[in-house]
Amino acid sequence: MKTRAILWGAFVLLLAALPPVALELGQPFYLDLVRRIMIFAIAAISLNLILGYGGMVSFGHAAYLGVGGYAVGILAFHGFDNGLLQWGAAIGGSALVALAIGAVSIRTSGVYFIMITLAFTQMLYYLGVSLEEYGGDDGMRLRTRSEFPLVDLKDPVTFYYVVLGLMLLSIFIVFKLVNSRFGMVLRAAKSNEARALAIGFSPYPYRLAAFVIAGAMGGLAGALLVNHTSYLTPDFMHWTRSGEIMFMVILGGMATHAGPVAGAFAFLLVEDMLSAWVPLAFVREHWQLFLGPLLVLSVLFFRRGLAGIFGKHDG
Amino acid sequence: MTFILFFEQLLNGVQLGVTLFLMAAGLTLVLGIMNFVNLAHGSLYMVGAYLMVAATQWTGSYPLGVALGLAGTLLVGMAVEVAALRPLYARDHLDQVLATFGLILFFNELVAIIWGRASLYTSLPAWLQGHVELLPGSIYPVYRLTVIGVGLFVAFVLWYVVTRTRLGMLIRAGASNRTMVAALGVNIRLLYTVVFGFGAALAGLAGLMAGPIYSVQPGMGELILIQVFVVIVIGGIGSVRGALVGALIVGIVDTLGRAFLKPLLGHVISPPAAEAAGPALASMLIYLLMALVLAVKPAGLFTSR
Amino acid sequence: MGEALLEVRNLAKSFGALRATDGVDLEVHEGETLAIIGPNGAGKTTLISQLAGNLRSDAGRVRFAGEDVTALSAPRRARKGFARSFQITSVFPEFSTLENVALAVQAHAGHSLRFWRPAMSDPALIEPARQVLKEVGLETRAGVIAANLSHGEHRQLEVAMALATQPRLLLLDEPMAGMGIEESERMIALLASLKGRLTIILVEHDMDAVFRLADRISVLVYGRIIATDSPDKIKLNAEVRKAYLGEEA
Ligand SMILES: Nc1ncnc2c1ncn2[C@@H]1O[C@H](COP(=O)(O)OP(=O)(O)OP(=O)(O)O)[C@@H](O)[C@H]1O
Ligand SMILES: [Mg+2]
Repeated sequence: MKTRAILWGAFVLLLAALPPVALELGQPFYLDLVRRIMIFAIAAISLNLILGYGGMVSFGHAAYLGVGGYAVGILAFHGFDNGLLQWGAAIGGSALVALAIGAVSIRTSGVYFIMITLAFTQMLYYLGVSLEEYGGDDGMRLRTRSEFPLVDLKDPVTFYYVVLGLMLLSIFIVFKLVNSRFGMVLRAAKSNEARALAIGFSPYPYRLAAFVIAGAMGGLAGALLVNHTSYLTPDFMHWTRSGEIMFMVILGGMATHAGPVAGAFAFLLVEDMLSAWVPLAFVREHWQLFLGPLLVLSVLFFRRGLAGIFGKHDG
Repeated sequence: MTFILFFEQLLNGVQLGVTLFLMAAGLTLVLGIMNFVNLAHGSLYMVGAYLMVAATQWTGSYPLGVALGLAGTLLVGMAVEVAALRPLYARDHLDQVLATFGLILFFNELVAIIWGRASLYTSLPAWLQGHVELLPGSIYPVYRLTVIGVGLFVAFVLWYVVTRTRLGMLIRAGASNRTMVAALGVNIRLLYTVVFGFGAALAGLAGLMAGPIYSVQPGMGELILIQVFVVIVIGGIGSVRGALVGALIVGIVDTLGRAFLKPLLGHVISPPAAEAAGPALASMLIYLLMALVLAVKPAGLFTSR
Repeated sequence: MGEALLEVRNLAKSFGALRATDGVDLEVHEGETLAIIGPNGAGKTTLISQLAGNLRSDAGRVRFAGEDVTALSAPRRARKGFARSFQITSVFPEFSTLENVALAVQAHAGHSLRFWRPAMSDPALIEPARQVLKEVGLETRAGVIAANLSHGEHRQLEVAMALATQPRLLLLDEPMAGMGIEESERMIALLASLKGRLTIILVEHDMDAVFRLADRISVLVYGRIIATDSPDKIKLNAEVRKAYLGEEA
């Protein structure tokens, strides 16, 4: 318990200390990298709520990155730069899309659930491709970052701290959720559905609620991501994105609070290392040739995830 | 005139449908019998297409290219099964999805290294390049007709194998009750490898036939794979008949939607609005259809269980 | 006697060609303990699952407290006062013993769309859960993860979870299965203490327990009830001895 608190404290301090250090060393690149990782961590944290705690293997979490991103991008395109409006639309729009997808897919289970969430996400991807007005296949540039009173996201350090704060908030929200009565039902239904039914729980509404909450958080990550990249394409919703976010959760450790964050760092750092830092040009160019088998090996031999190294699953 | 256009598009839909069916049949059997989700099924489709192109160029003969492409995909499929997938049968669906996701990245990159990222085009032999007049005033490519014919023939053979042979009996029994087949003393491992190889060859066939119609490029397998998922969700897991019906429905709906939705919408809403909404709606059509089927029959139209 | 609490008419369930239950009629009165005995594979578990709503029946009707519940799902029936234990232990293995029972309390309380306050520090859930644990004799094991309990403790936890939902009708599927003599004695004492307070349907192979606890006994063979009577009469019933005890009449 205590070691865990210390680890969390050290981790937060490290992240908080990064901007001044990176700027001092003249390496603003790290700021960018870590900010991107933290945005994906938010997506992974939200996926963990339904995948890790709810047992719903959603292969479509990139959908919400996309909906969130497009909500911001489209509003900005039409001249609405107000961040509260943009992010509100991102979160609300993703929640609605999650409600629609969840309402259909949660009635099924197992392989069907996987295939359906994947298929619906692909549908949204094609929808994005066909939106010619917003750049279609090529996407479009975000003219300016979301505008908030008092906070200026155009300042990279401010933006970094906003992302850090939202990531910590996401962890806290999921922590509260899974330990609430709601979360108890969600986890119980995953742990033993027959038992949950027998004592009188009907899992559907709880699963759907979790699915919508996760979608909303994914939408927030999408809003952050489009501000981070300043560029929006249907690739936000590419099916490989969904797979990557899933991998972050699994690599870090399902149903743990630190897992998705650790997984996002591990996955994206490995990806970055292979694609940019390895001294062999062949590896850098064809990094996916190496990432693929690495992922297969991690599934075969590293099932418990990074958080598993530190101990048991936590509630 | 419109009728002829409709007729041609319908045939195009059937052609897409049989391609989807060849993919779906193998995938649904592997799912039904081994309870295994193989995302890399699309990679086998891609491998089939590339091997055929390469073998055709190498031998200078299209039939030889097809034969080598088929055999090559079968071998690649069995090798993948033995090397990477076997340890995954005992795992849950999540692990299977993740591991085969890794395989996809590997295969797409491997293909890009060997043949480059640009699309490849194949030239067909002269006897497949012509057109025939099916209806007065309507000419249709011989090649597409051939694809339809081969697809329907394979569907017939599959139907025969599944319903009339001992292997088929095992397959059907396996799709509904795995422990029972094991209890019969059948070598499950071998049965799995055979079924998987069979599915791989079908995927390869689909890929090498689709190659000359669509473009041959890395990642081509996943685009069709997701459509195949829609087919299986509609048709029901483990059912070859469901795969055929689902594939034809999806192929026809998708093709007709792309061809006619925009002009049809133009009658209902303003043409500029239809211009924008038509393609978007057309590309979403099969997914909406899937949602509809799920709302009515959550386990698909045909279930083997 | 008045109207029965549970009234089952012509209940049937087939698995393929196998008729697991075949036209079962039952009446159980408020406060009564009805034991169901029968050889392996007779359909006892199937019947319990049909009553609890886990299995959809092919035919027949179930009335509970004057209401037709045939069409209701398992959770809806649970909220009407059905509770069951499983023959093969079925608990929430990753949760602590106390959490398992608290979940059952929560299911009964019905207010689960609460997203913020930690459930496990809510006295409204914890107090009743501890109470039930005490009743079944598991109070010292409250903090243990359920997966680490012994077999006998699992059986106790099964009963505890059923009790925690404050049921009107308790469906127990072989609560003594696999227990040692001492554990069995404790379970029998627990069930005896519930007798009369609750209506109980008890499926059990342990004849000693059945004869000590049951008010009436039904004998199920090949999915059919061949006799229902008081324990003394069942002991003497020739048909039962032949079908069930394997004796020549
Ligand atoms: N889900 C199922 N699918 C197929 N057959 C089943 C299923 N459940 C039970 N059966 C069969 O139905 C019959 C009745 O089974 P059931 O479990 O109800 O018997 P039981 O009386 O509880 O036996 P036991 O004393 O061994 O617990 C058995 O022949 C069993 O094999
Ligand atoms: Mg039983």
